[in-house]
Amino acid sequence: MTDSIASAGSVNVYQLGKKYKRYRSHWSRLLEWMSWGHLQTHEELWALQGVSFSVAPGEAIGIVGQNGAGKSTLLKLLVGTTRPSQGYFEIDGDVAALLELGMGFHPEFTGEQNALMSLQMMGRSRREAIDLLVEIAEFSELEEFLTQPLRTYSSGMQVRLGFAVATAKRPDLLIVDEALSVGDAYFQHKCIRRIREFKNRGTAMLFVSHDPAAVKSLCDRALLLDGGVLVREGSAEAILDYYNGMIAQREKDHGPEQTSLGGRRLQTRSGDGKAIILEVRMVDPSGRQVTSFTTGESAAIVCRIQFVEDLAEYTVGFLIRDRLGNEVFGANTSFLDVPVPPGRADREVEVSFNLDLNLGYGHYTLTVAVHAPAGHMEHNHDWIDNVLSFQVIPGDTYRFAGVANLPVRVEIKDSR
Amino acid sequence: MSTVSRHGLVGMIQALWLYRKFVFSMVGREFRGRYFGSLLGVFWAVLTPLATILIYLVIFAAVLGAKLPGGRGDTLSYGLFLCTGILSWTYFLETVSKCQTVFLEYANLLKKMSFPRITLPVIVLLSATLNFALIAALFLGILLILGRFPGPAILGFLPLLLIQQGLAIGLGILLGTLHVFFRDIGQIWTVVVNLWFWVTPIVYDIEIVKSDLAQRLIGLNPLTALFLSYQRIVIHGSWPTWQDLEYPLITALLLLTVGLFTFRRLSPEMVDEL
Repeated sequence: MTDSIASAGSVNVYQLGKKYKRYRSHWSRLLEWMSWGHLQTHEELWALQGVSFSVAPGEAIGIVGQNGAGKSTLLKLLVGTTRPSQGYFEIDGDVAALLELGMGFHPEFTGEQNALMSLQMMGRSRREAIDLLVEIAEFSELEEFLTQPLRTYSSGMQVRLGFAVATAKRPDLLIVDEALSVGDAYFQHKCIRRIREFKNRGTAMLFVSHDPAAVKSLCDRALLLDGGVLVREGSAEAILDYYNGMIAQREKDHGPEQTSLGGRRLQTRSGDGKAIILEVRMVDPSGRQVTSFTTGESAAIVCRIQFVEDLAEYTVGFLIRDRLGNEVFGANTSFLDVPVPPGRADREVEVSFNLDLNLGYGHYTLTVAVHAPAGHMEHNHDWIDNVLSFQVIPGDTYRFAGVANLPVRVEIKDSR
Repeated sequence: MSTVSRHGLVGMIQALWLYRKFVFSMVGREFRGRYFGSLLGVFWAVLTPLATILIYLVIFAAVLGAKLPGGRGDTLSYGLFLCTGILSWTYFLETVSKCQTVFLEYANLLKKMSFPRITLPVIVLLSATLNFALIAALFLGILLILGRFPGPAILGFLPLLLIQQGLAIGLGILLGTLHVFFRDIGQIWTVVVNLWFWVTPIVYDIEIVKSDLAQRLIGLNPLTALFLSYQRIVIHGSWPTWQDLEYPLITALLLLTVGLFTFRRLSPEMVDEL
């Protein structure tokens, strides 16, 4: 397989929009049709409007947004199942869409017959499809089951076949819509490995997911859609932090603010301002503010909070994330069942979380928040993502791999 | 897969050509899928129509001894007359009825995958044709065995069936497209089919119709001339009168034009409604 054309896998989207017609009833549609366009009885509903962006070959873009933000409409337009009402787009090369795995499979036909059919539906010739079967059998690990009717398959096996068929040949653009949240962990990893491999070989990717960790780990950039409009574009991490802030902020007047911390790092802050985080620092056992700890070293996360209004109940919490934005550890005063004094307007409290940093070597970021005990989504007072970052370096403990240092004992039985 | 949306008749034909293998596979799948789980499998494709033909021939000829009006022909003639009409009608009906629901039936596929939508009615047309071809071959075999083979005039069936299926697919695409937007089409069609069957000379000879209104309705029916010609070929072995076919031909072309125009106009909105 050669990747000859340099531009294959690039996507350009210009001012793309989709308008749906809403009729009050089927009678009003009939009325409009009968009048031959002289009478307009429908309302126009823009599901997507003026969206422009481009994707370079080998680039993965995450698309985030709440339900109804226009994510699915955008994918449908790019896949070609529905036509744009506005704007246009260009895709260089083959498109594979993982919108719903195993689409169009027939339960009575064998896995092999279904695979052939699906491939032909994707526009492959019969010969090409037959050649791809070997690859499909291998990847899906269904080998001898492929000659059995599909109705004998478990749902996991159907998903494996569906994914293997959809990705049998490396596409120039891969569109993934939450499809990866199915199947067992082993196969999910296999799928992600394949997607990464495609990406490395120049496949552009559009990825819609509600799983921030997946978007952060797979995507280079992200687009935030809201109400059918592209509101923000940037690094996956920054967009997801902004998006989280946006959800928390939904009922408030002003949007979350972001400040650049230099480079690609961004700090996102949101909240209703009933309480304000004045200061956050990480200190070592001697009380010195440091940004570097050895594995297992004791540390304290100290947060100074000022109340703007009286708050009978509130929770103070923190969250440690790794370099990729994966959540490593988080806790708050509610989880830990620690009573907090009632907040009085214009008074301050200082909360210290003392913990041993049993973390793997690397860079981490800290997020702190003050919110209502029920959950931060409803009443978020102040939430700062990436408030500071710190490093964990090797200490005098044993070496280990990964992000967590779990207590471990070794037993060896020497059978002689 | 191209993202360029194809418009117009030429575009449709190009898309069909590009997806011809897909269309043929779907027809094969449809055909085999019908007999899944049965012991005799594909044999049913032959057995059921064979039974139907034999029942008509045996009941009307041997048991009832029914004859065509005016005592024309022998007792076998009415059975053959009936078979001719019913087999052709089944072909017509299967095409229109399935086309009429095909977009709804494949709604899920249409929403998730990008492939030319025009392939769907074509798949319906081809699978109905495959079924009819089997039945027609059986019927011809029976005609041969009975010594009633009409001779070279049998070739007259080809242009006649072409016109009939032109009507069927034109109407089918029109109804299928409208059905997506107005679900009433399905109900209306059920009623219309019933009426249509009786204003087509299938089970009765046109000579026996005395009522003025009925005669006018039968005359308006584009299928009438076609069915009279089928029966003339099978019973008398005589070629169709080509002037009689003008009306069905023009109606077929008209329906095809209206059907394809409607489809072209509304297919971009179709997925939004499914």
